[in-house]
Amino acid sequence: MASLTEIAAQIRRDIIRMVYLAQSGHPGGSLGCTEFFTALYFQVMKHNPDFTMAGKDEDIFILSNGHISPVYYSTLARAGYFPLKELYTFRKINSRLQGHPTTHEHLPGVRISTGSLGQGMSVAVGAALGKKLSGDKRWVFSLHGDGELEEGQNWEAMMFAAHHKVDNLIATVDWNGQQIDGPTREVAGLGDLVEKFRAFGWETLELKDGNNLDLVIETLEKAKTLTGKGKPVAVLMHTVMGKGVDFMENNHEWHGTAPNEEQFKRAMAQLPETSLGDF
Amino acid sequence: MALQDIQVLGHQDTRSGFGEGIHELGKKNPRVVALTADLAGSLKLQKFIKDFPDRFFQCGIAEANMMGVAAGLTISGFIPYATTFANFATGRVYDQIRQSIAYSGKNVKICASHAGLTLGEDGATHQILEDIGLMKMLPGMTVVVPCDFNQTKAATIAIAEHEGPVYLRFGRPKWPIFTPPDEPFVIGQAQQLNEGNDVSIFACGHMVWIAIQAAKELEQKGIHVDLWNVHTIKPLDVEAILGSIQKTGCAVTAEEHNIYGGLGDSIAQVAARHYPVPIEYIGTNDTFGESGTPDELLKKYGLDSAHIVAAAEKVLVRKKH
Repeated sequence: MASLTEIAAQIRRDIIRMVYLAQSGHPGGSLGCTEFFTALYFQVMKHNPDFTMAGKDEDIFILSNGHISPVYYSTLARAGYFPLKELYTFRKINSRLQGHPTTHEHLPGVRISTGSLGQGMSVAVGAALGKKLSGDKRWVFSLHGDGELEEGQNWEAMMFAAHHKVDNLIATVDWNGQQIDGPTREVAGLGDLVEKFRAFGWETLELKDGNNLDLVIETLEKAKTLTGKGKPVAVLMHTVMGKGVDFMENNHEWHGTAPNEEQFKRAMAQLPETSLGDF
Repeated sequence: MALQDIQVLGHQDTRSGFGEGIHELGKKNPRVVALTADLAGSLKLQKFIKDFPDRFFQCGIAEANMMGVAAGLTISGFIPYATTFANFATGRVYDQIRQSIAYSGKNVKICASHAGLTLGEDGATHQILEDIGLMKMLPGMTVVVPCDFNQTKAATIAIAEHEGPVYLRFGRPKWPIFTPPDEPFVIGQAQQLNEGNDVSIFACGHMVWIAIQAAKELEQKGIHVDLWNVHTIKPLDVEAILGSIQKTGCAVTAEEHNIYGGLGDSIAQVAARHYPVPIEYIGTNDTFGESGTPDELLKKYGLDSAHIVAAAEKVLVRKKH
């Protein structure tokens, strides 16, 4: 059994290889959230790769910032939801691995189509209400980009979730401080997200280093203990966009750009092979 | 069915038919849940809320979130009825419906009241005349526009049995009831209200009643009308429509909607692809509405029975040339 560190290392290789092979896709946010996905799917969540839409008595995950599909697809494949070989089809014609995740092609593991930003929080809240209403005690986890919070629907969802005491939801924000046109503080400053979520009636946890696997697991486990008390829970997770590839780190230009051959070689040289092997 | 058999059974708003329908549905289907965006009263949800408080979600004035929450509720197998005014149920939240509901294939019923000009005095900001077009363009979306209280109630119940997203459009004013109280609603099956060989009239929603009045006038003039209630815009009853226009050779369409993108366009497409015939459109013509009473507005914008009669006479002339 590979260690979580090894799984994360392999997912990073998968991300770069997928985006390089497709010559399109979003490596930056994917690399930044690799520890989060590894923690969620290989430690924190109770889930079954023998996929059902309802996920009854399982934890379910909603990805709102759908453009980080490379890390999502690699994680799902590595967790056994579909064959690893299918990662070759990412962004290609006739693939289940669309540029942004969708239920339309029935890819196991995906429960909602996302990509147009700001919609996943509402869906996660609805999914959490559905679990409560059907007597299912498990959690709904979700992930949101920080730039994505500029979409007003998120704040509608936050108010709704607090008002309706949706306390089986753990929503994490990838607080990497970057968006397409530049650093978020320059594009449309978000201010103090911890204070904002708190003001909207949520329990909040600030995760200072979302690229520290142990810390991610510890924080998500702590988040679980805050649920069931009448409030939704937010994890504000600081990450480094492009983590693991030096020339991509903290650089918004790698939000949605594929590496060329030379860049690909430089990137792969920084991401050691693992016992899991490439797809 | 023939014109002389059509009787007025009473007067009630179609939205009350929705309220009755969802209440009845709530009793027999525990998977049905209701959401609204601060319009529970307008959508006549009071009985549902009273009897099934745990299955009702007040979303406040936040329609985008309501559509997303509805999509999320389907994941556990619930059948959410997301309710608000037609304008806020479509135009305001088009991308939420497109991505979170239609593209995601979610079993959400979008139930929209106060559609069209007959909303009346609130004026153009609330009188959406583009919603049928917006919704029918979405792949996989079923679009239903029932004609009276009884049919709206029946349609509300019937759409729960259909797996997939549905847009159900109804309205505000009291309107004549003329369909039988317990008539089952069949999605996609147009209803013939009168048989005739001269001209086809296809109508939906409130305009069916007005088309009945027009057809009576036309019959008095010796013009025999093949009159249809096309309550499902999508999927369209192509077979019924083709059968009618092959018989009459011309048609008038009538809808409380912009003639760009509504029922008329759908019927014209059937004709263009299979059996071209002259068609006249009754509907708003690329314009917004305004404040006024429903009757005043229908008259001013050319949606009253006199305009339907004139359109039928015009299309008959075109047929002969």
